[in-house]
Amino acid sequence: MVRATYERELQRLEDETLVLGSMVEVAIVESVEMLRQRDMAGSRRLIAQDRDINKKRFAIEADALALIATQQPMAGDLRTLAAILDIADELERMGDYAKGIAKINILIGDNPLVKPLVDIPRMAEKTCGMLHRALEAFVRRDVEAARAIPDEDDEVDGLYDQVYRELITYILADPSTIERANYLLWAAHNLERAADRVTNICERVVFTVTGELLEMDVESLQEGAPH
Amino acid sequence: MESVVKLEVQDYHLFYGDFRALRGISVQIPAHHITAIIGPSGCGKSTFLRTFNRMNDLIPGVRVEGQATLDGQDIFEVDVVELRRLVGMVFQRPNPFPKSIFDNVAYGPRAHGVHERARLAGIVERSLRDAALWDEVKDDLGKSALALSGGQQQRLCIARALAVEPQVILMDEPASALDPIATLRIEELIQTLKQKYTIVIVTHNMQQAARASDYTAFLMMDEERAGYLVEYGPTRDIFTNPRHKQTEDYITGRFG
Repeated sequence: MVRATYERELQRLEDETLVLGSMVEVAIVESVEMLRQRDMAGSRRLIAQDRDINKKRFAIEADALALIATQQPMAGDLRTLAAILDIADELERMGDYAKGIAKINILIGDNPLVKPLVDIPRMAEKTCGMLHRALEAFVRRDVEAARAIPDEDDEVDGLYDQVYRELITYILADPSTIERANYLLWAAHNLERAADRVTNICERVVFTVTGELLEMDVESLQEGAPH
Repeated sequence: MESVVKLEVQDYHLFYGDFRALRGISVQIPAHHITAIIGPSGCGKSTFLRTFNRMNDLIPGVRVEGQATLDGQDIFEVDVVELRRLVGMVFQRPNPFPKSIFDNVAYGPRAHGVHERARLAGIVERSLRDAALWDEVKDDLGKSALALSGGQQQRLCIARALAVEPQVILMDEPASALDPIATLRIEELIQTLKQKYTIVIVTHNMQQAARASDYTAFLMMDEERAGYLVEYGPTRDIFTNPRHKQTEDYITGRFG
C-alpha cells in the first residue's frame, strides 16, 4: 500500500462515523423509552450525554478537515470525506432530536401522558432501523440499499399522521389535554424529522459511490399532517 | 468540448527505433484553455508534449504514425521554424541565456529579423508584462538574467517564449524547480496567459494540475512500456469523479 497511514486515517474516520451513528441510535431509542416509562433521571442523563455526541461530531469534523488539508484527498476519497462531514452533521442533529424528546419528558413533569405510547416507539424503532442500514450502506458502498431506504420514510410519515390524528381526537374530546397532547406531537415530529435526515445520509452514500448529487425526498409536499 | 480545437492528435504513435513510446493517443486540445498532462514517470508525457513543436524530430531514429494538427493543419507539413514560432516551449529548469534581461527576451524577435531598437523595446516590454515580470525588472533591463531568482528566471523564459508571438505555449514541468511561492506565481501567470494563448503543461504535481488546469489528460504505460491515454476530460471531473479506475488509483495515490 502506497499510502498506508492515510488509508488508516480514512478508515478510522469511517469507523468513528459508525460509532457516532450508534450513539445516536441509542439516544433515540432511549429517549422514547424514558418518555414511555416517565424516567426523568434517565432523560436528564440523556440530555447531558448529548454533549458527547456533539464532541464526537466535532472530532470527526476536525480530523476530516485535517486530512483534507494535509493529504490532498482526491476523487473517491474526497467524496468520502465530504460525505463524512455531512453525515456527522446529520447524526448530530438527529442526536438533538433525541435530546428534544428527553426535554419533552421533563416538561410533561408529573402530569400523566395523554395516552399510552404505541406509535411513537414504533417510529423510533423504524427510524433507527433505517439509520442503521443507511450507515451500513455507507461502509459497504451499497448504492442500491441507499436508494431503497428513503422509500421507508413513508412508513414513518404514516405513523406520524396516525399519531397526529389520534392526538387531535383527544384534544377535541377534552380541550384541557391540549398542552399534553402537543408535547407528544412534538416528540413524534422530532422522530419524523430524524427519519428525514436518514434520507439525507442515503443521498450522501449515493454521492460517495457515484459522485451524483441528488434529492431523494420526493414526497415532502404530500397531504396529511404538516411534516 | 465547446471551444475551438487548437491542437489535435488522432491515433498517434511514436517510436524510438523499434521501441513504441506512445501508443494510439487521440486528444483534442481546446484553444485558450490550460490542458495538463499527468501520469507516472516514464509514461511519455514529455515526449507527447514535444510532439506539438516537433522537438522529437531532433532525436535520431524517431518515427511517428497517425495525425497531429495545429489549427487543423498537419504539423509535419508546416515549416518547422514557423511551427516553433507558433508553438513556444518552457522547460523544467529556467534556462536563460548568459545575457542581459533585454537580450534574452529580444533573442527570438532578432532571430526572426527584427532589429529596430524601438520595436524590440516594445516587444520586450509587452512580453515582460505578459509574463508578470516587468515591474520587477523594468529599471534594470541591462542586468544579467543569471542574477535573477529562480522564479524570476522562469518568468523570463516565459517572456522569451512570448516575444515571438506564439499561439501555443508548451510547458514541461515549469515549476518543479521552484519554491512554493514562485510556483503559485507561475500558476497565476498561466491563468492570465490563457486569455491570449493555448497552454499545454506537463506536471508531476497532481495538485498543480488540479489547481491550474481546465482539462487534464492522464497517461499511463502499458505492459510494453508504451504510453497511452487512459482518460481525458474537464479537470474538475478527473479530480472529483474520474471514469476509470486507473485514474482514480493514480490521483488518490494508490497507483502501483
